[in-house]
Amino acid sequence: MTHQISLKLNLHGADSASAASSLESVIRDIPAVSNVSLNPITETLVIAYDDERGNPEMFITRVRAVLGIDATVVNEEEPAHDHEQMLRESELRALRQKVVIGAVLSAAIVAGAFTPILPTQWANIILWGMTTPVVAYVGGQFFISCWRGLRHRNANMDTLVAVGTGAAYGYSALITLAPGVLGAVEAQTYFDVAAVVITLVMLGKYFEARAKTSANDAIRRLLALGAKTARVLRDGAEVDLPLEQVVAGDLILVRPGEKIPVDGDVLDGASTVDQSMVTGESIPVEKGPGDPVIGATINKTGAFRFRATKVGQDTVLAQIVRLVSEAQSSKAPIQRLVDQVTAVFTPVVIMLAIATFTVWYVFGPQPSASYAFVNAVAVLVIACPCAMGLATPTSIMVGTGKGAQYGILIKDAESLERAERVQAIIFDKTGTLTAGKPVVTDLRGNETQVLSLAYALEKQSEHALAEAINSRARQLHIAALDASNFEAVAGRGVRATVNGQTVLLGNRALMDENSVPLGEFAPALAELQTGGKTVMAVAADGKTVGLIAVIDEPKPSASEAIAALKKMHVRTLMITGDNLSTAQAIGRQVGIDQVVANVLPQDKEQHVRALQQERMVVAMVGDGINDAPALAASDLGIAMGTGTDVAIEAAGVTLMNGDLRSVPATIRLSRATMSNIRENLFWAFGYNIALIPVAMGVLYPFFGWLMNPILAGGAMAFSSLSVILNALRLRRFKVS
Amino acid sequence: MSVDKIAVGIGGVAALLFIAWFFFGKRQTVVAVESRVRITVDGGYTPEAITIKRGRTVRLEFLRKDASSCLEEVVLPELGVRRHLALNETTPIDITADRVGEFAFSCGMNMYHGKIIVVE
Repeated sequence: MTHQISLKLNLHGADSASAASSLESVIRDIPAVSNVSLNPITETLVIAYDDERGNPEMFITRVRAVLGIDATVVNEEEPAHDHEQMLRESELRALRQKVVIGAVLSAAIVAGAFTPILPTQWANIILWGMTTPVVAYVGGQFFISCWRGLRHRNANMDTLVAVGTGAAYGYSALITLAPGVLGAVEAQTYFDVAAVVITLVMLGKYFEARAKTSANDAIRRLLALGAKTARVLRDGAEVDLPLEQVVAGDLILVRPGEKIPVDGDVLDGASTVDQSMVTGESIPVEKGPGDPVIGATINKTGAFRFRATKVGQDTVLAQIVRLVSEAQSSKAPIQRLVDQVTAVFTPVVIMLAIATFTVWYVFGPQPSASYAFVNAVAVLVIACPCAMGLATPTSIMVGTGKGAQYGILIKDAESLERAERVQAIIFDKTGTLTAGKPVVTDLRGNETQVLSLAYALEKQSEHALAEAINSRARQLHIAALDASNFEAVAGRGVRATVNGQTVLLGNRALMDENSVPLGEFAPALAELQTGGKTVMAVAADGKTVGLIAVIDEPKPSASEAIAALKKMHVRTLMITGDNLSTAQAIGRQVGIDQVVANVLPQDKEQHVRALQQERMVVAMVGDGINDAPALAASDLGIAMGTGTDVAIEAAGVTLMNGDLRSVPATIRLSRATMSNIRENLFWAFGYNIALIPVAMGVLYPFFGWLMNPILAGGAMAFSSLSVILNALRLRRFKVS
Repeated sequence: MSVDKIAVGIGGVAALLFIAWFFFGKRQTVVAVESRVRITVDGGYTPEAITIKRGRTVRLEFLRKDASSCLEEVVLPELGVRRHLALNETTPIDITADRVGEFAFSCGMNMYHGKIIVVE
């Protein structure tokens, strides 16, 4: 089967556009290529090709032949390349410089405004001279942004800062130039307001830019995990290849301490691998021939060879990056209301400022023009729409990033919000609550005789129970007898002929139907079943010769996880196809609240719906394969991954490790994130909804309180910062 | 009431009406897009609204000319895209809509808005 692959090459440095377009036709003529598209603006070439007939190296060679440059492969999922990092750093440097200049001049302006040593006229001219560079250089970007926005009839926080400080500056300049021009209006200047507000907002922006980088570092950290090169066997020789040139099917060598470059299956050698960066599981995992390995995990002790199965955008790491980045850009339902407010916020604030000016001027005390002006400016510079815009996304970004660090992959913000409200969790039993690997625990009768007969019947079978018997038989070096006339009895067991004897292996029903008495083994069978074990009887020629009891042990993490959920007042249920006594025994062992037994896989979904009808918010935890309908029907599907499968569509949350403690951790993370969002919204709306009326002067008639525009500017500068810093507190979240 | 107060009162009401008209009364021009469109990011998005056909992959080329940090990110929430836009560079985003409807996009802080209208 062929596979179409899309490859993007960066052609930076190509001399002319016409040469680049001739390249397009050269590449199109390569038989493996199905589509080519050249983007002259971004200087990139996107090639769709058949991966069995073409490879990146082939195209890079052609580009070199036509354009004489070395094209590089562009990784679409890599927003954090050095170029961007460089831009961020230079932006931070520029901001820092502006803050320093603004702070020095503002300090001088404030000192000058309060200590009049010169006649007012002269002092104003000097203040004007010092304020102009603050407004033009430090705050210039606000005015540019304001103008650009106004041309498209848009407004944002920069508009408010520009209009507010611009008014203070313009008014003061007018009074300085022509003191008598406004007639009876008191000739007070506000250069200090313009300078200090601009400097404070700039300081806020500087801290914000720094903090924002940390809020968004989850993706960067994930991408940094990836290896850069791989040691590949090509034509019998070991070559170090850049990761982009590794293709599926390559044989790759990994030495102790090295990073595993891509996903694959071990061919030979053995080692332990630290998979914590992908699964959050801190204990290294043993790997031997046939075991899957995940790219970006670290090989610890041994050396091995493996065959690459997934490269590039198909690897587990790339899928995690994609999932986390999608989750970070999704919108939580809680944000819808916020969106409605922010969409109209800035124009409304400008209107409130105009209303403030008008009301104070017309109805306010003398000097009314002065009061009107100062209060209108305060309204403009206290409003901070950015804080509202940042409140939810920043917490979501930190919360989902934090989850990924622990192997908890959250599909979208909505799933995160739902996880908070979960009241009941249904666990699938086999493979989720239990290890899914039954082992033989008890044997009654002659051990060798019972096992050799059972082994003869089960050795061809891949059923989980058969596997338990086979592995015990192999352990004890039991010889494999030949079986003939093999017959499976659905829901009962198997029948075959071994050494001329008719042998039965199965449950009590099988024995009853064939009129085989259990005899002396009857009490043992009942006793073993009550202990949560699945018991099979072995009979030869109509006589029971022994019993084999098998148990699928609960995972070590199960009891702890259930106990943690109970503490969080979440109801726990287990759903299984097993018989009631076995299911109850397991349920008791792990401490689950309720056991639902004898459920066919296709009926699990109905049980989820039944709980939902009791008005419960229900989460379903399963393996994501045969539980998919139940996962999709639940309010929150939680799929237990094995570390190698990520894209589980039906689930809102994918746990990359098999550790059940990740389930309460998911709920706790969601609760922490949601309460963080609420705190952020409280602060953001607190500043804007509560302080705007104060700035308008509604408290003046009662207490004589007014908001100094400088304080208002400070509040604006630190409101979005407070939101980001609060979101960053989530980074301290621990799973246990 | 003195003349200046009357003048400021009338001027204030007029300014309120003007601001309301200026920001809320604008009309969006909708551009129909076949396969690719350049969206200039400069004090907003131009064009602000585009229509695309359902099921067709369209490349949005965001060219950011505005240095304001408000516009440094573009978010398409329904499509799970949040991308940093480098200044004076084009950032291509390929989208394929599988259902009909209106999908908003905005800057990282939800101050500037645009929309993609998916039609049959």
